This record gives sequence, C-alpha cells and structure tokens, in this order.
Amino acid sequence: MSEIIRKLEMRKITKKFPGVLACNNIDIHLKSGEILALLGENGAGKTTLMNVLFGLYQPEHGDIFINDKKVIINSPSTAFKYGIGMVHQHFMLVPNLTVVENVALGLIGKRILKLNLSEVRDKILEVSKLYGLSVNPDAYIWQLSVGEQQRVELIKVLCLGANLLILDEPTAALTPQETDELIILLKKMAENDRSIIFISHKLNEVKAVSNRVCVLRTGSLVYEGKTKEHSVSALAEKMAGREISMPTLKQKSKGTTPILEIDNVFAKGSKGTMALDGFSLTVNKGEIVGIAGVSGNGQKELADVINGIGHIESGKILLNSEEITNRSPQKIINKGIGYIPEDRIHEGTIPSFSVKENIIMKDYNKPPLSKNLFLQNKIIEDYSLELIKNFDIRCPNNKTSCGSLSGGNVQKVILARELSRKPEMLIASYPIRGLDIGAAEYVHEQLLEARSENIGILLISEELDELLDICDRIAVIYEGKILDILDRDIATKSKLGLLMAGIKDEKQVI
Amino acid sequence: MKNKLYNETIYRVLIIVIAIFSALFVGAILLLIAKTNPLKAYYVMFTEPLSGKFGLTEILVRAAPLMLVGLGIAIAFRSGIINIGGEGQILIGAIFGTFIALTFPNLPPYILLPFVFIASFIGGAIWGGIAGWMKAYLSVNEILSTIMLNYIAFQVYMYLIRGPMIDPKEVSYGTGVPQTALLSKNAWLVRIIPASRLHAGIIVAVILAILVYIFLWKTTIGYKLRAAGAEAKAAKYIGVNVKNYLVLAMLLSGGFAGMAGAIEVCGVHHRGLESISAGYGFSGIVVALFGGLHPLGIIPASAIFGLLIVGADMMQRSVTVPASIILAIQGLIILAIVSSQIFFSNIALKEKIMIKLKLMKQGDKDDS
Repeated sequence: MSEIIRKLEMRKITKKFPGVLACNNIDIHLKSGEILALLGENGAGKTTLMNVLFGLYQPEHGDIFINDKKVIINSPSTAFKYGIGMVHQHFMLVPNLTVVENVALGLIGKRILKLNLSEVRDKILEVSKLYGLSVNPDAYIWQLSVGEQQRVELIKVLCLGANLLILDEPTAALTPQETDELIILLKKMAENDRSIIFISHKLNEVKAVSNRVCVLRTGSLVYEGKTKEHSVSALAEKMAGREISMPTLKQKSKGTTPILEIDNVFAKGSKGTMALDGFSLTVNKGEIVGIAGVSGNGQKELADVINGIGHIESGKILLNSEEITNRSPQKIINKGIGYIPEDRIHEGTIPSFSVKENIIMKDYNKPPLSKNLFLQNKIIEDYSLELIKNFDIRCPNNKTSCGSLSGGNVQKVILARELSRKPEMLIASYPIRGLDIGAAEYVHEQLLEARSENIGILLISEELDELLDICDRIAVIYEGKILDILDRDIATKSKLGLLMAGIKDEKQVI
Repeated sequence: MKNKLYNETIYRVLIIVIAIFSALFVGAILLLIAKTNPLKAYYVMFTEPLSGKFGLTEILVRAAPLMLVGLGIAIAFRSGIINIGGEGQILIGAIFGTFIALTFPNLPPYILLPFVFIASFIGGAIWGGIAGWMKAYLSVNEILSTIMLNYIAFQVYMYLIRGPMIDPKEVSYGTGVPQTALLSKNAWLVRIIPASRLHAGIIVAVILAILVYIFLWKTTIGYKLRAAGAEAKAAKYIGVNVKNYLVLAMLLSGGFAGMAGAIEVCGVHHRGLESISAGYGFSGIVVALFGGLHPLGIIPASAIFGLLIVGADMMQRSVTVPASIILAIQGLIILAIVSSQIFFSNIALKEKIMIKLKLMKQGDKDDS
C-alpha cells in the first residue's frame, strides 16, 4: 500500500495538442479529505489535466508534487503506485467477467502467477462494508445496472489502494437517485481521509458534493475557491465567462394546423417486443411538444419510425396530411423532417469525416451542392464556411474531423445541418444531454427560433427542466404509449414525475 | 506551417527506413545461415533494379497489377470491408478476359482490349460481389468468405486451363502444360519501351488510380460509399442503403483485382497460365495500406513494392540465394512496414518520438 496522499500539487501544467492548448499553466492543489470539483465547459481541459495526473499524457511543462516531493507519473501503473486511481467516464469493465474477476484484473499486474480469487473477494467485501457500497461480488458485469457498474469501478480503484480518486463525469449516465447515492458515498470517502477530484459540468452536483472548486475555461484556470461561497448561477457564469440564462418559452403557441400526426402506431423494439404499443400524438406547426419518460419506454423507436429508420407494424404517420408510414429515410428527409438523433457521435455525424463533409450529409446529392453525381467543391466550401460562421461552430477549420470536436460543437454541426435545410418538422432526441450549460443554452435558443419560424418540434428528453422550459405541451410516454399530455401552464415536475412512473390516478396528483 | 509538413515527411520517411532496416537485419541473419554475404546481397537488391533500363521497366511491370489490386483493396477498406480475396478475383478476372480474347481474336485492338478489360472487371466483380452479398445479407465475415473464395477460384481456374481452355497445341504435342492458347496480337497491350516488357498497362493503372480518387472524393456515390464504411449507423440515418453499398464496394474492389488479371494476361504473358498472379492479391493489400488507403498514395506505394520484388529476384540470380529466403525477406519487410503503421496512427507515440528527434519542440506554439 502506498503512502497516504496528504497533499497533491500540480504546478504550472501545460499540455498542448495539435492546434489546441488544452492546459495552459494550470496550478491546482488538494489535501487529503478534500473533494475538489473541477468545473468547466466541454473542451475546457478538465479531462486532459486529469489524464496528465493519471499518467496517460505527458505535459510539456509543469510538475506534480505528492507530499511536497516531486514525482514523475508516466503511466497509469505509476499513478496507481502513488495511490492515484481514476474512474473514467466510460467504464473500463469486462462485461462477461464477474465483479471479482474484474477487480482481480487490476491486481494481476502485481502478482503474476498467484491469483487468489477468494482473497480478492474478501478485499471487495471489506471495502464495500467500509463504505456501504453494496455489490454482489459474483455477479457478472452485464447483469448490473449502470449505477452498480460505477460502484464496481469505485471498488476496483479502492481495492487497488487508491487514496486519491479522480472521477470523470461520474454522474453522466446515472439516474437522479443513483446520483444522490454517489454523492453520499463520496462524502463518506472524504471523511475517511481519501481525497477526490470530481470532474463535472453539472453545477447542482458540484455544489452538493465539493469543498472547493476550480473552474477551467479554454485551458486556463480562471477561478479557484470555496464552493459554498458561490451560487449555482455564479459558478455557471465563471464557467462560461458570461452571464447564462436558459431561455424559456414566453407565449403559448397559437398553432392549430397539424404538421405531424401519429396515429395508433405499433412498432417492435430491438428485443422483439412491442416498443410502441398504440402510440398516438399530433404536433402542430410552430409548437414544441415534449416527450417525457424514463428512457427505454419507446422513445428511441418513436424517433426511428418517424424518420423511416425503424419499421412500423401497424398504424399511420402523416406529415402535412400526407402519409409517410414506412417510407425510406431518404424520402422522409426530402419531405422535410429534420432529425437530431440521440447518438450524436455515431448517428448524427461521421466522426472520421471533416466538418465540411458532415455539414452536407443530407444535401450532398442535391443541387447546388452536387451536379450530375459530382460534388461541387467550391459551393460546398462556401456553404460549410457560412454555416460554421452562422452557428458559431468552433473548429480549427472546415477540414477538421468531426470526431475531434467537443460535444457542444458536434451538436452545433448537427443543428446547423438540420435547421439550414428549413425543415417543416424537427425531431430532437435528448438535444442537450451531456452538453455544458453554454452549449445547452444555445441549442434551446435555436429550437425556440425554429419554433418561431413555424416549424413543429418534437422534443424527446428525460430532463424535466428542459421540457418545462421550452415545451408548449408535454406528453408522457410510458411503455410505448402516451399516458397523458399536459399543457405547459398546468405541467409541474411532480405531476410529470408521477406520470413517468406510470401513475395516472388524478387523486394521487395534488 | 510549411516547416511542420517538412518535419512530418522526414518523420514518415525515417520510420519506414528504420522499419525496412530492421527487417533487413533479421533477413541478414537468414542470409548468414545460408552462407551468403548479406551486405552484398542487399546491395544488389536495392541498387541493381535502379541502375538500368531492365530493372526500372521491370519495377513498373510489377507495379501495374499491384496498383490495380491496391486500388480495389482501398475501395473495400474505405467501405469498411477487408478484402483478402484479391488473389481469387485476379484469377477469375484473368480467365474472363482470356476467354473474350480467345473468342474474338480478330477484333481490332481498340475494340478488343477494352472488351477484355471489361470482361475481366466483370469476372472479378462477380467474385468480389459474392463475398459482399454474403456479408450484407447473410452476415458472413468477409475475411472468411474471401479466403475461401480464393481456393475455389484457384481450382476453377486450374480446371479451365487444364481442361476446356487448354492450348490445343499442348494436347497435340502431348506436353500438357496447363496454359491457354496464345492470344492474338490484337489483345496484346503495346510495349511502351522497346526491348523491355513494360507495357501500356502501367498507364492504364495510373489513370484508373486518378479516376478512383475522383470517384471516392468528388462524387456523391463515393461519398455514400465512404459514409457507409466510416459509420454505418450515420449512413442509414441519412438514407444510404448500407447493404447495397457494401455489395457495390465489393463489386468494384473485385473488379479492380480482375483488371489486374487482364493486365497480366494482355501485358505480360499473352495467355492464361498457372502462375498468372504471383501473389499480387496479397501484396496488393500491403500496397493499399502502405499507400494510406488513398489512390494517390497507392501509385508510389506500388512502385516501391515493385522494387522490392524485382530487387529480390535479382539478388536471387546474382548472389545465388535460395528462393525461399527471398520470400522470407519479402515477408519480413511487409511485416515491418505494416507494424510501423502504429508510429503514424498513435499520435501520442508519434509526438514523443518527434520531440526526441527534435523535429518538434516541446510545447510547440506555432499552429493556432
């Protein structure tokens, strides 16, 4: 077991990538028992800084000191040796091994020949008892929920003897309850003299969990101080470098002309069961209709069937009173439906393609962008530059691959493409999930702008704040059908919460 | 910025040179075991082909089929398919072309040659298309199917040149060498340098490379093909029928390999014979990777590979090295070059080495 990290310092860390200064002369320090929140928008350099600490990247300048001694961390195993453990945003677990086996994987490096699984199991039970991390050591990873998998990750790092934990956006995939449990757990760990670095851009969580906060903006440390001295909105302002106010709907839509009509649709999900089970809904022109619901209740299938990607067993979908049921995606695109898909990296964009090529993804085969099968490079060039400017897409140039952009900028590429096509109807699936607050504000502004241009919008989301902010009506989807539709003036979080849980008894909703 | 590009190029060349040198080092051990002086052998291998008309033209003779196969492989790779079936596609292409040339010996060359090439393209395309169709509609792994199709193609080809298509002379003389009759001169590609084997096929190959570049990057079909290969889910989202594009990619990929067969038949041997391919179907994969899966990179890559093949041949003759060692050395070089790709794809590693070599300064701030 390594020496307890009483004090960690990173001094004047500078890390550069081709074209970007990811970390610019950053100083941070941390004492044992402290929870430090590293706050910043996407691409501010949080993850890079932590990868430097964890030995995944080598900084160009700067040193790391542990207990006032200079250390060189050039690989994750060195980091472990010093007692630094990291839980990545995407879990590093082998799905078809058990919890014990996964934890043992991390220990194998230490004892090559002798692998004593029962010893590992004892260690897991010891750690889980100490922190109240309940987990079945013999369960397979694939059997566990996302929240449980995260606990396994934590146990793994703790079993490896880490006393400084780096958590990279640990709550990104968790449900609200799981998030609350995690926060309690982290506090308990801090009480046990472990130190924690918590990377996030969710301000409420940062506020709830951390003692101190460091705010990064475009690679530089712009603020450092006690968390409790600042309100959520003050932190948001520091993070974005400007005042942030999430836009809200001022006036109810007057639109009464239906643009999208979904009538009693049945469609199968990937498991072969009816994911849409008699789904009906109408969206009017110039109206934002929200679909609230716990994910997995048919949202993905709904978006897919409207866009022709999924197959409808029975029922009808009309756009402008014209039937588009089971048409090909190409035909539906041409009819004027825009789609911001849930998976913005692999569905909404092609990561290895340039920003330019991603911007023309839906119009490459139409004049003037192409003529007789030939792409018109000059026109495409101008068009892409225009969209990059109009939608403020931050990229070194239009030939940069989309995969190297931050989530917010990828979403801007998609928005730019979908909205510039002047659709009549827009499907937006979780459009602000994982985005920082500045980017989220921008996306909502664009959606409201589209609404004022008489575009009908279907907004699928789990975040009630988002739905209550900008929707005219909120429909709650439960097990493949609409349970109820609430107008914005009567919708509240508690009403929606109950409906999302499948409860539609008026008496229970006060 | 210009300086940066210059340093990048130095780095690239350096890595490849080091890769080749390490392969040659291991090869030297083999040569020593075979009681040959490695220095002398290597000297012959790398200087002789470049020191005379014979060597230079022979390099290009090898480069032509390699380029075509490489182009086909690149199209498949760009569409997300690994086509190991170049060898079989070459054979089927060769036999289709030979059949046409033997059936219409009296057509004038400007009609017959395109006809032969189209037939070879179709032959290769069918063979590649089978694997593409199986992948798209039956989810058969293309690595397995293309390798198996190689075996089938070889046996079909051998059956045809031993049986139905064998040179009638071989039958009447009773020698029975498995080869087809000599093609009429109308189906021969012109020799572009007198007293050498260098034929117009190399020009055809270069033109096709440029066309493939235009096709992949300047047309909407090329765009769809690359989209389907790069991210199938996103391709579906924009309405590309991914399955059909898989098949199309394999049709084209096989077609190009098939044309390599035609080039060998019409340019070099003027008949179909047993060793028509000389392993081009496999070396073409390395050429494609070496050329960065880019048509314009494949042109020089195939020439370099031609040099390796010709150099090894010459080494075998003048230093009397056993042929099997030559093959082993070629294999070593291929392995080294393919392995060295990690030094280009792993950015962090690349950065580390470039800093060490002083090709890049620590904390470089020139490019923002």
